[in-house]
Amino acid sequence: MSSPVGATGTEFEFPIERGKIREFALAMQSEAPAYLRPDAVIPPTFLINAARWAPEGARVEVGFDRRRLLHGEQEYVFHGPLPRAGQTLYATERVADRYEKPGRRGGVMKFAVIVTEFRDEAGTLVAEGRATFIETAKPTEEK
Amino acid sequence: MASNIPAAGTPGATAAVDASTPRVGSSPEPRRFGPLTRQMFVRYAGASGDFNPMHYDDTFAQRAGYRSVFSQGMHQAALLATFATDWLGAENVRRFAVRFREQVWPDDVLTCIGVVTAIEERPDGRLVSVDLTATRQTGGVAVTATADFLLPR
Repeated sequence: MSSPVGATGTEFEFPIERGKIREFALAMQSEAPAYLRPDAVIPPTFLINAARWAPEGARVEVGFDRRRLLHGEQEYVFHGPLPRAGQTLYATERVADRYEKPGRRGGVMKFAVIVTEFRDEAGTLVAEGRATFIETAKPTEEK
Repeated sequence: MASNIPAAGTPGATAAVDASTPRVGSSPEPRRFGPLTRQMFVRYAGASGDFNPMHYDDTFAQRAGYRSVFSQGMHQAALLATFATDWLGAENVRRFAVRFREQVWPDDVLTCIGVVTAIEERPDGRLVSVDLTATRQTGGVAVTATADFLLPR
């Protein structure tokens, strides 16, 4: 069960909460006042939290074996001033790409690129997340 | 939590961000994080909502063949983000892209470095592009990142 390239999930609500930003800032060992104010901006990787708000079935299916799943890369792009505490964003996932490469010790490594679009209340695209997932050719081993 | 709010002039305070004159090739002082603890992994799990037991349950991790739990890649990415936002300003980030390289274990110490790779003058400010690296005490590279910051004039 894996969503094909071009498949989209259903849009879901992602409220940006001040307390969650504060908790995230503590975990990233940041003391920046910009993360502590009532109108706190989000940290660069904060949008990883959106997944917690996705209802059952709203996300696309990466479809990889969890035991061989790696998170290879993660990018966030902000198309203007950062989202702030109190705003609500609307997130939609999309399968942007899938490709394969030969594994170093045989077999096939599979890649999936999942883009999440974040829109504000007016429907303006304010941020995008781009995750690259890898299914390794063999069970994951310590390097 | 209130005690965590820094006074003006302390690291992380906006007034201490010297982003006024970045040049291609300029670098801030490196910053160390660690030794990293299981408590930090758990704190990041809660903050991010990623409750994969591989990062806080040693029995689970050892059953999967690892010597112990290891840190979430996104946890290292978040520490590198702290280094970068203290340097160029939390409000100014416009792009942040990380690549996960090597696992990070309890008691590891990460050293973050960064360098300006490009500067573009734009109508809305100065776009500063940087390369960022978090390296383990072994010399192994844990995560690398590229980022863009739009500095207001």
